[in-house]
Amino acid sequence: MEAATLKESFIDKTKSKLGVSPEDSRLSLTYLSLAFIILFVGGFLGLVQGLNRAGLFELPPWFDYYQVLTSHGILLVLVFTTLFMTGYFYAGVSHVHGGLSPKVRKMGWTAFGLMVFGVIMTVATVVAGNASVMYTFYPPMQASPWFYVGLTIMVVGIWVAAAGIWTSAVQWKKENKGKHLPLFTYFGVGAYLLLFLGSLGVTAEMAMLIPWAFGWVETVNVMLSRTLFWAFGHTAVNVWYLVAVSAWYIAVPKFVGGKLFNDTLARVVVILSVVLNVPGGFHHQIIDPAITEGVKFMHVFMSLSIALPSLLTAFAMFAVFARAGKRKGAKGIFGFLKKLPWTDVRFLAPMIAMIAFIPGGAGGIAQTNNQLNQTVHNSLWVVGHFHLTVGVTVALTFFGITYWLLPYLTKRTLTPRLNKLGVIQTWIWTIGMLFMSGAMHWVGLLGSPRRTSFSTYGDNATALSWDPYLFLLAIGGTLLFIGVALMVYIAFHLMFKAPKGETEFPIAEREANDITTPRWTERWGLWIVVAFAVISMGYVIPVVEMIVNAPPGSPPFQPW
Amino acid sequence: MKLPRQEEIWLVISVGVLVLSMVITGYQAFALGMTPPSGTETIDPQKVDEHEVFSEPGVYQTGENEYEVVMTLQMFSFTPGDIEIPAGSTVEFIMTSKDLVHGFQIAGTNVNAMVTPGHIQTITETFEEPGEYLVICNEYCGAGHQHMSTTITVK
Repeated sequence: MEAATLKESFIDKTKSKLGVSPEDSRLSLTYLSLAFIILFVGGFLGLVQGLNRAGLFELPPWFDYYQVLTSHGILLVLVFTTLFMTGYFYAGVSHVHGGLSPKVRKMGWTAFGLMVFGVIMTVATVVAGNASVMYTFYPPMQASPWFYVGLTIMVVGIWVAAAGIWTSAVQWKKENKGKHLPLFTYFGVGAYLLLFLGSLGVTAEMAMLIPWAFGWVETVNVMLSRTLFWAFGHTAVNVWYLVAVSAWYIAVPKFVGGKLFNDTLARVVVILSVVLNVPGGFHHQIIDPAITEGVKFMHVFMSLSIALPSLLTAFAMFAVFARAGKRKGAKGIFGFLKKLPWTDVRFLAPMIAMIAFIPGGAGGIAQTNNQLNQTVHNSLWVVGHFHLTVGVTVALTFFGITYWLLPYLTKRTLTPRLNKLGVIQTWIWTIGMLFMSGAMHWVGLLGSPRRTSFSTYGDNATALSWDPYLFLLAIGGTLLFIGVALMVYIAFHLMFKAPKGETEFPIAEREANDITTPRWTERWGLWIVVAFAVISMGYVIPVVEMIVNAPPGSPPFQPW
Repeated sequence: MKLPRQEEIWLVISVGVLVLSMVITGYQAFALGMTPPSGTETIDPQKVDEHEVFSEPGVYQTGENEYEVVMTLQMFSFTPGDIEIPAGSTVEFIMTSKDLVHGFQIAGTNVNAMVTPGHIQTITETFEEPGEYLVICNEYCGAGHQHMSTTITVK
């Protein structure tokens, strides 16, 4: 062998053995540290809110329930998730590509700076009492203009982070002509593409709201801005879900002694998620005026189609577990369950995350059907639903990733003691969420509304009958905060205290007989065109209708 | 792409469930008239008081056992409030908002609608069971949102 190639392969091997370079590691660790700090703050706000909602705790007037709720929502559903996602994908892409290029690393840092700057600006307006508008900021409720400017800067940060991952993918393709993008990068490219497509709606909304908030225009189109928001609001949570799914396909098989189920199928799941997701936001507007029955029914179809990739994933995961179990000698249909490593937190946390998606996904399918939606819209049922999907399926998978990603980045190891603590954390989280989400689902069916501070509505008998459930909700919320505190302790322990050693970045191998991945999976241009076609199918008619037949606009209100 | 046999079965069954749910939803919506509230008529949100219908909110009898409730929603009340109707009546609620987005929900029923400024929203319900029904705003509308409620008494 020539010296040059020998040297090259040596460099390759050391890179893959040693993993991520110190510079890349620092970038990802910065994202992840901040993510866990945000989790702690957001989790604490959740606790306070749960206790208030049950009537157990009164909040001070300078930081009331609606400020707490706005901050909790933005910090956990937007900031924690985005930071974690970016730290995770930059680390993984660095690992599978053998390091990030200086240009990509710079993009990663720029994105971080923009996100932090934007978040501080936005949250400051909420804390100052000028933006109690919730994560959805429906006009004509009007926040301080800096609330919207901050969010826009955050979105620009997301675009830069996305561009970094895409750049790294293009660089890899140039160096590896004719080869398929590594599956991990493929998920990264897809997840950021979906986030980008979703963000187009909210960016257009910001272009309407910022001039309105500064007072340059007097009124705003209420229905149009709501619709543009939900193109983003619902897509975002599906992006976090897709990030979780990437770890299920790529990392989890490693911990059960299994292999990647089917490379092509995993890529098809990414494509379907990217292509189908954005119009799903419409199911948040099923009982809105200004949208015709026909359009609403079409959107039942569009929302239900999003279930398809999840159904493919559900099969794939259980197939991986069953195959791994069979290799270990499991008998019968469910024998594999006994062979699964239930005491390994790197498996347990994502496994519970997957199981939670069975009721979570089913509840989602139910409530996207028009009439069923009408029975639960804006009730606590919906809050129970997304605490199951985002709060368990996404969050527990992110926690599961943490147990190997952090020690991989810091060149430390997960000790048996810490693993045990992680198992305890996972169960506390699960039980806490059973209480909280369960109570929310039930009391929501009875009619208790979301986003409402403690109220008996003048000692109304119906409202009083909700109180026992709200008490269960508070118990769940308390357990969850204990879970948050434990998780943050574990994360920082893994960063600074755990013993030095080598931790692998788990990338499942393909099955020996896996079919060759077809070339069309790489045709991103085509998928973008298809995505835009689906988005147009969902939005052109109602949006044109909302603009052409718009009522006179609404002036602003600041009801706090 | 060739799928394993079991996966084909799984997909056929699960997609079948989705299709079935769509068929039921479509049947209920279009054959049984159970579509969710979708008022498309518009109104100037700053001139609700001058509007021909909303200048006089109230309960109007329109037939035997049939009523119309013309209602405005505003921070943090429903006008008219504390409505009384006889058991067995069918009530059409015709609503609009004078300020920001509100919700109109009657706990214990399927009555649930978003009421946005600029649009006239309608929803119909038949009240068979006598009793006091709690009406709440279920869309966050500001500092007093948790107090925005009223009742419908069915006698």
